[in-house]
Amino acid sequence: MADLPVDPAISEGRVPERAPEGVPELHEVDCPSELQERIEKLMEKYPDRHSVSIPALWAVQERYGWCTPEGIRQAAAVMRVTPAYLESIASFYDMLHTEPVGTHKVAVCTNIACWMRGADELLDAFRAAAEGEDVFVSGFECMGACDIAPMASIDQRYFGPLETGEAATAIEQLVAGHEVLRDKSLERRPLAGDAVGADRARGDADA
Amino acid sequence: MPETRVLLKHAEDPELRTLAGYKRYDGYATLEKAHRQMEADEILKELEESGLRGRGGAGFSMGKKASFLPRGEVQKYLCCNADESEPGAFKDRELMQRNPHQLIEGIAIAAIAADAGHAFIFIRGEYASQADILEAAVAEAYEAGYLGKDVLGSRRDLELVVHRGAGAYICGEETALLDALEGKRGNPRLKPPFPAVQGLYGGPTLINNVETLSNVPRIVAHGAKWFRGFGTERSPGTKVVSVSGRVRRPGNYEVELGVPARELICDLGGGPLDGEVKAFYPGGSSSPVLTGDDLDVPLTFEDMEAAGSMLGSGSIIVADESVSIPDMALRTARFYHHESCGKCAPCREGTNWTVKMLERVVRGEATPMDLDIVASVQENIIGHCLCVLGDSMAMPVGAMVRKFREEFERVIAEAGPQLDEASRIAAVQGAPETIGAMP
Repeated sequence: MADLPVDPAISEGRVPERAPEGVPELHEVDCPSELQERIEKLMEKYPDRHSVSIPALWAVQERYGWCTPEGIRQAAAVMRVTPAYLESIASFYDMLHTEPVGTHKVAVCTNIACWMRGADELLDAFRAAAEGEDVFVSGFECMGACDIAPMASIDQRYFGPLETGEAATAIEQLVAGHEVLRDKSLERRPLAGDAVGADRARGDADA
Repeated sequence: MPETRVLLKHAEDPELRTLAGYKRYDGYATLEKAHRQMEADEILKELEESGLRGRGGAGFSMGKKASFLPRGEVQKYLCCNADESEPGAFKDRELMQRNPHQLIEGIAIAAIAADAGHAFIFIRGEYASQADILEAAVAEAYEAGYLGKDVLGSRRDLELVVHRGAGAYICGEETALLDALEGKRGNPRLKPPFPAVQGLYGGPTLINNVETLSNVPRIVAHGAKWFRGFGTERSPGTKVVSVSGRVRRPGNYEVELGVPARELICDLGGGPLDGEVKAFYPGGSSSPVLTGDDLDVPLTFEDMEAAGSMLGSGSIIVADESVSIPDMALRTARFYHHESCGKCAPCREGTNWTVKMLERVVRGEATPMDLDIVASVQENIIGHCLCVLGDSMAMPVGAMVRKFREEFERVIAEAGPQLDEASRIAAVQGAPETIGAMP
C-alpha cells in the first residue's frame, strides 16, 4: 500500500489545521437576527432540534436566494450542528440550491403525463424565453399536477395546461412583476367533474 | 356513471377550506363526539371493522396498523404522509387544497385511537400553496381548541406541525419520511423494526396517507357499516382517482371502489385523445401497465392484483395510440433513476443500467438480446432492495417489455439497417467513436 501523507499535527497530538469544521459559534458567523429568530422559533416546534434541517435551509434559501456556504454556517451555528451536516441535507433535495440561481424559478415537469402532452417542447420554449433574463428554468420530475399537463411551477405556484406560446408571456409577466398567466393558475381551477362542459352528473353521497 | 362524492363532498365550495366553512357542514362534530363520548378502543374498533385500506399505495388495513402501536405511557407519534410524489398521483393535493380541515379532523381522531400526542404532516416541498393552506387551517384549529393542550377539555394534548419537504420522491417511503422528519437525508431504513414499534425519534409511530386519514371523520361519524356500503367486500369505500395522460378530461374523480377502469378512462375522463387506449398504469407509475384489453378490470386491490398489477395510489395514466411504449418505458426509468437515494446497489445500479439500455433501444443501437437483459435486470431488482423504489421501476418497465415486446423489437429493427454489423456490435459495447458516427 502506498504511503499516505500524514499531517504532522496528528503525530504531535494537535488538531490538524484542515480538520473538518466543527459546530461554529454564533459570534463567528454574523447571522442576521431575523434568520436566527426564525430558526430558533422553528426549533421550539420539534422534540429534537435536528428536525429543523429542511425548514432552516428553506429559511436560508429565502434570505439569500440559494443555500450559500455562509448561510449554511449561520443556520448550523443556530442549530448547533456542523455545516457539513446541513450541506449533506441541502445536496440531497432537488428544491434546495447549493449554487446561485436566478431570482425567479421556473420548473417544467417532464415526467410521463406531461411528456405525453408536450412538456419537452414547453421546456424548450421556457428556456428560449428566459435567455438573458434573471429566471432559472429547469426540467423537473412529476410535481403532482398531471391534471393540468403540461404544467410548470413558477415561483412555487402551479400553472397549466400550458401552450408553448404561453412560455414567453409568462416570462415577460414574471420579469415585469405582473401577475402570471391568471387564467392558467391551478388555484382558480374547478374540480374536474364540476368544470364547464363536463357532462357528468355529480353524485354526492348521503350522510 | 356519476361520481360518488364522499371525501370530495362540498369540495366545490371555496369556503370549505376555512374553519367557518367546514363547520357549516358539521365539521369537527365527529372530533367532539370522539372526545366526549368514545373511548380510544371504540374508535380503533370502528376503523378496523370499516376495512379501510391505506390509500397511499400499499393498501394495508388502517385500523390494524393503528392497533399495532403499543399501549401505555410511551410517547407515540402520528405522521400524515402528504409527500404524494408518485407520477400520476395528484389526489392528496386536491384533498388538502379543498378540504384541509377534513384531514386535520381525521388526524386528530386517529391520534386519539393511536394515543399519539404529537402529529406531523409531511408535505412535499413542491406543494407550496397547499402547505400554506394547511398552515392556515392548522392555525385556525389551534385557535378553536381542536389542537393544542387539553383538547376540548379531554385532558389529551395534540401538537400538529406541518413539515414541508424539499423535493425528493423517496421521502414518500415511510421510513425515509421518518428520517427526513428527524432532519437526516431521506434514506429508507431497514425493516423490521416497523414504525409502529420504533418510528419517529425511536417512538411508536402511526403513518397514514392523506386520503386514508381524510376518511376517518366520516367513518367514526357514521360507523363502519355505513362505510362498507361503498365499494366491495375486500376494498370498501370510495376512492379519489387521479386520471391523466392522453385523455380528454384529466382530473380527480371520486368513485366507489369496484368500478371498472373503463368508467374512469372512457366515461369520466372523456376517453383517449387519439384512437384507442393502448396502455395504462392503473395505480401510478410504479404499477405494471395494463393494456386496452384490461379496461373492464374493476378498480379494487384484489382485482388489480389478479390482473397482474396493483391499485397502488389509484392513479391512472393513459397512453393512447400516439404514445411510443419504449419512450414511455424510458421516461419511467429515468424518473426512478433520478430519485433513487443510492443507499442500496440493486436500485442504484439497476435503475442506472435500465436507463442506459432503454436509451440504446430508442436510439436504435440495441439488439433484441438487449431486451432480455433489460427484463433480467428488472427481475434482479424486484425484492432485493431495502425499500420498494427499485421495484417501482422494475415492475412497470418489466411489464412494458413483456407486453409490448413486438413494439420494442420493431423500434430496434427499424433502426437496424442504418448500422452494419460491426458498428452495431461496437455501439452495443459503447465505443464512443461509433456512437459519434451514428446517422
